[in-house]
Amino acid sequence: MNQRKKNNKPSLWKSIRTGLYFALALGFIAYAFQVTDIDLTEFRKPTRVTSWTRALRALAKPEIFEYEKAETIVNAPIYLPCPEGVTPGLAEQDTSGPYLVVPTCGALGETITVEGFNFPPGAVGPIGWVPSSDPAYDLLLRPEDVKVDSDGHFSYEFTLPDDRQSEDVQYIRVIVRKNVGAPVWSENAKLTWDKIIETIFMAFLATLLGTILSFPISFLAARNLMVNVKSPLTSLALSIIGWPVGIFAGGLLARWMMNLSSIEFGGVWMDIASVVVGSSVVYFLLRWALLSAEENPALFKRLLRIGALLLAALLLVFIMYDFTSLGIQLGQSLMPKPDPLSDALQPETGPFTFLANFIYQVSDITHTIMIVAVALVVGGVASSLLGRIGQRTNESLSPAPLRIINALLAGVAFAVLFMLIGAGIDWLYQIGNKMYIYIIPGAVGGALGILIALFTKPKSSLPVGLVVYFIMRSILNIVRSVEAVIMAIVFVIFVGIGPFAGMMALGLHTVASLAKLYSEQVESILPGPLEAIEATGASRLQTIVYGVIPQIIPPYISYTMYRWDINVRMSTIIGITGGGGIGFLLVQNINLLNYSAASTQMLAIAIVVASMDYISSKLREKTV
Amino acid sequence: MLQIKNLTKVYEGGVQALKDVSFEVPKGQFLAVIGLSGSGKSTLLRCINRLIEPTSGQVLWNGIDVTAASPEELRRIRRKIGMVFQNFNLVHRSKVLTNVLAGRLGYVSPAWSLINHFSREDVEKANKQLARVEIGDKGGYRADELSGGQQQRVGIARAMMQDPEMILADEPVASLDPVLAHSIMKYLEQINKEDGVTVLCSLHFLDLVHKYADRVVALNEGRLVFEGLPSAIDDKKFKEIYGRDAERVG
Ligand SMILES: Nc1ncnc2c1ncn2[C@@H]1O[C@H](COP(=O)(O)OP(=O)(O)OP(=O)(O)O)[C@@H](O)[C@H]1O
Ligand SMILES: [Mg+2]
Repeated sequence: MNQRKKNNKPSLWKSIRTGLYFALALGFIAYAFQVTDIDLTEFRKPTRVTSWTRALRALAKPEIFEYEKAETIVNAPIYLPCPEGVTPGLAEQDTSGPYLVVPTCGALGETITVEGFNFPPGAVGPIGWVPSSDPAYDLLLRPEDVKVDSDGHFSYEFTLPDDRQSEDVQYIRVIVRKNVGAPVWSENAKLTWDKIIETIFMAFLATLLGTILSFPISFLAARNLMVNVKSPLTSLALSIIGWPVGIFAGGLLARWMMNLSSIEFGGVWMDIASVVVGSSVVYFLLRWALLSAEENPALFKRLLRIGALLLAALLLVFIMYDFTSLGIQLGQSLMPKPDPLSDALQPETGPFTFLANFIYQVSDITHTIMIVAVALVVGGVASSLLGRIGQRTNESLSPAPLRIINALLAGVAFAVLFMLIGAGIDWLYQIGNKMYIYIIPGAVGGALGILIALFTKPKSSLPVGLVVYFIMRSILNIVRSVEAVIMAIVFVIFVGIGPFAGMMALGLHTVASLAKLYSEQVESILPGPLEAIEATGASRLQTIVYGVIPQIIPPYISYTMYRWDINVRMSTIIGITGGGGIGFLLVQNINLLNYSAASTQMLAIAIVVASMDYISSKLREKTV
Repeated sequence: MLQIKNLTKVYEGGVQALKDVSFEVPKGQFLAVIGLSGSGKSTLLRCINRLIEPTSGQVLWNGIDVTAASPEELRRIRRKIGMVFQNFNLVHRSKVLTNVLAGRLGYVSPAWSLINHFSREDVEKANKQLARVEIGDKGGYRADELSGGQQQRVGIARAMMQDPEMILADEPVASLDPVLAHSIMKYLEQINKEDGVTVLCSLHFLDLVHKYADRVVALNEGRLVFEGLPSAIDDKKFKEIYGRDAERVG
């Protein structure tokens, strides 16, 4: 009771405060008006009114169908204003064809009646003022069109311009068109169709690329999985050293295999034979090395097995190179060649040209990224092997010598890491001074590594997983904060204007945002099953496959659908920056003031976005 | 033979869940772990296979120091220790058979298991284990289509796939009705008596302890307050374990 009374008591201070808040809010809004240039006088100007009514009316009539048109153009001479001593009367006309009945002259701004006779019944078209004796000159169109009735007659209230006085004769011109024959798809509609298909597939490929890449990334960016990943300094340092060494070795290896596979002997058939024979050899080697589940085999057998794995890996790289160059050749031979005898720039395309192109492009892409992939894989393998050796060393040595070894290894590892970063910065900023690129970072890194080794217990595990997690999250957040449209501008520089740039931009953005969404799903899985799988003695990878993946499949599918939906939306506008798709066409038509064509594209976007929205929500319902 | 020596666990927030706990479990024993909620039973069981890292102390199993094992060694130790949970901890969206087969993960070749391929012997073994807990016909169901009692039997079958020498059961019957509780406890008893598997089982109800356990250890606020035969728990001991205000019901 007491409380309530106190609150209701009118207080001067309170009223003043309310008033102040109100004034402040008003000032805020007023300032917002000022900076946003809110001004309706421009909107009300007659020239604006004319142009926006025309634009809206054109937008309401999307240009989809086309008829063959019969066009009738009639000019009527008129003086503005009336010359000295002439009284306005109706001009004589040739009445054999379509003709206009207009006063011979009029006053500035006067509204006159224009009547037309003998026009094709049902024809429609614009009417306008030709302000010079040159009939091709600058037609000032009126907002309303002329509509001819069934008797071939129309009547139009025409307001004469108030600023076009001239001693020369000027004209009122009517252009009416009548459709003849059946409707056909307009050029614009066909183009819109092409571009909307391009848009949908651009979004599809971007989503596919994003899904594939963000799947593994999402595990690295999930806290609950990474928090348990710890390793002692010895193995951390060795795995850091393993990466550059492995990448370098892998690069050499891939190049060697590429050169070996490109040696020509025996031609295509030899290549095919080597792919077939090679892949069966690889199959049997892998089967033998991986399948036998013997516990603790003899050292000799173990070495033999490692040898077999290495051989299989080498062969696999060789085969992949052979296989992709076969694919490139096949694609090229299937693709139609430009005919040297004809003038046509584009060769004739058959119905399956796109398949040949696909084979060619996929082989080319694989061939190009093989070297990177091999380098990365070898880097990863080297890193994990060295890491294992580090783990063993860490377990078997006593703390004192371990500390010295740790200091050495960590010093080297961090020095290498910092030098690599230095080299990267040098590439970007072209410093060119060895002192700044290698020596100082190397020294700082080495010192840092030694310090870490000296100030941590030599056997304690460092939270490597958490560090990776934070780095991953930061990268994802940064990439995600750049809009796809802006990324498209960058990719246009790399790969030129077109849908490829748009696809790459959307794909990159998709990776960042899907990886974030996915990793949040991983973080929200039930910990119990994970714990149970771990307790059976499963490895980390097995725990992920049996404990994590079954739990995240439905949300992953639903997020992928959702993302495809978003990508379709985004790819409709990404064309604005040259990223291909329908946006490009839309902007072009708007810039050319071709509103009814633009309207077709808007309609297409609306239909596609709405149906994607519907389909994706239906599919998402199913996966839950 | 399991030896726990001076085991202590302090959680990150500062909660001391285990204080200097030491006891031994001979091979083939059925040991019950009792204590109030929050007394540290789950923590104790999880420290044994290092699902939770102990802060200090040792766990020796067949003479091997579990607390000092490398990741590789730990995996080899874990696959010989089955675990059964209060919430069953099955992977809901996977098939029952897959859940059971997961018990073999510590043994199979990693490359094949990643594409969900198990040998024919393993699949046969899984079906046999399911038949043993009397749900041989449920292998093709999704795990979440089963009732609670059935899910716990899947949990036991999964643990048995490990060919365990010891089973850690963390309140395996706490979310089941009394009739089901007895049927699940009977399976554990059978495994203990017929297969000679050591069982460490935390329990809430003293009647279950009396019926199934060979020996009991009791925890109170992380401290070992009792160790002995179930029949040795008299009213005085009971009050020591469960607090002065506790009433005996069971
Ligand atoms: N992850 C954790 N972080 C911090 N404290 C924890 C954590 N897990 C358990 N604890 C605390 O440790 C103590 C022992 O918990 P524990 O789960 O081992 O008890 P319990 O005997 O199994 O209890 P219940 O019968 O309810 O399962 C409790 O005080 C609990 O709050
Ligand atoms: Mg518990």
